[in-house]
Amino acid sequence: MKERNETNAQLDDMDRTILNQIQSHFPVETRPYLVLAEKLGCSELEVIRRVQNLKDREIIRRIGANCNSRKLGYTSTLCAARVPAHLMKRFVAEVNSYPGVTHNYRREHNYNVWFTLIAPSEQDIDRILDGISEVTGVSEIISLPAERLFKIQVDFEV
Amino acid sequence: MPDSRQFTSLEKKIIHELQQDLPVVDRPFAVVAEKLKVSETELLEKIRELIADGTIRRFGATLRHQRSGYDANAMVVWEVESERLDKVGAIFASFREVSHCYQRPALADWPYRLFTMIHGRSPQECRQIAKRMAETAGVESYSLLFTMEELKKTTMVYFSEVG
Repeated sequence: MKERNETNAQLDDMDRTILNQIQSHFPVETRPYLVLAEKLGCSELEVIRRVQNLKDREIIRRIGANCNSRKLGYTSTLCAARVPAHLMKRFVAEVNSYPGVTHNYRREHNYNVWFTLIAPSEQDIDRILDGISEVTGVSEIISLPAERLFKIQVDFEV
Repeated sequence: MPDSRQFTSLEKKIIHELQQDLPVVDRPFAVVAEKLKVSETELLEKIRELIADGTIRRFGATLRHQRSGYDANAMVVWEVESERLDKVGAIFASFREVSHCYQRPALADWPYRLFTMIHGRSPQECRQIAKRMAETAGVESYSLLFTMEELKKTTMVYFSEVG
């Protein structure tokens, strides 16, 4: 946690401006960094150098598309499981082995493991969860698919 | 469930490719276009279309920590009567400390219908935010589930069969 604050302290104003621009408004143009450079009043090379540096420092995890899984015809859900301590390691390894599991957290609750699961259909979701129960011996897994989205904030001011 | 459509083979390839990491070079889309054997112009047009129709929700950089300086986050779950879900959901969504707000089903041992992710500088601040949300919306039963450990965080790869 402390390490993160130190990392952020090392960002200068230009880094912050770049990060705030390219989270949601990465130019879909032939020379995106030239477009940014013109906005920022610096050279294209300077922007490229800084973005590469931010990636090297792992402040930027990835540059690409974040898709709406439902538009792509996929189904997604949030799952919660009650996992006894002695089964935790095995359960986490099994759950994480699925590419459709994109986020997984241990939380302070009776339902102590929470993960998101994306799959082509609801049948696939059921099949995957049954499979996880069978392999790990953890039977208490609930699936709570979103019925309605009130808010999803996709970028954050740095 | 609304509006999923058929995607062409090229669209699937583009979506699959854009789930990866764009190279940091002066013409990154030219690199991708070459890989997919299309022109750069066609690729750019297709990407703009996919953004415009909402298939791509966001195109750009994903940061390692989404909120710099906000060390604590909590999933807060709320027990709300069906007829008040609309109103309470809208109130929660209006809090700037809330990044996500969803309605989900109630189950036999799970009474909480609204889910919010809240971000604060400390667990204590998260509790204060949740209290303020509860008072504003008039919700009495809720629970904060603090993150104890991140076990996985990755990007979904769609249409892996065409990649």
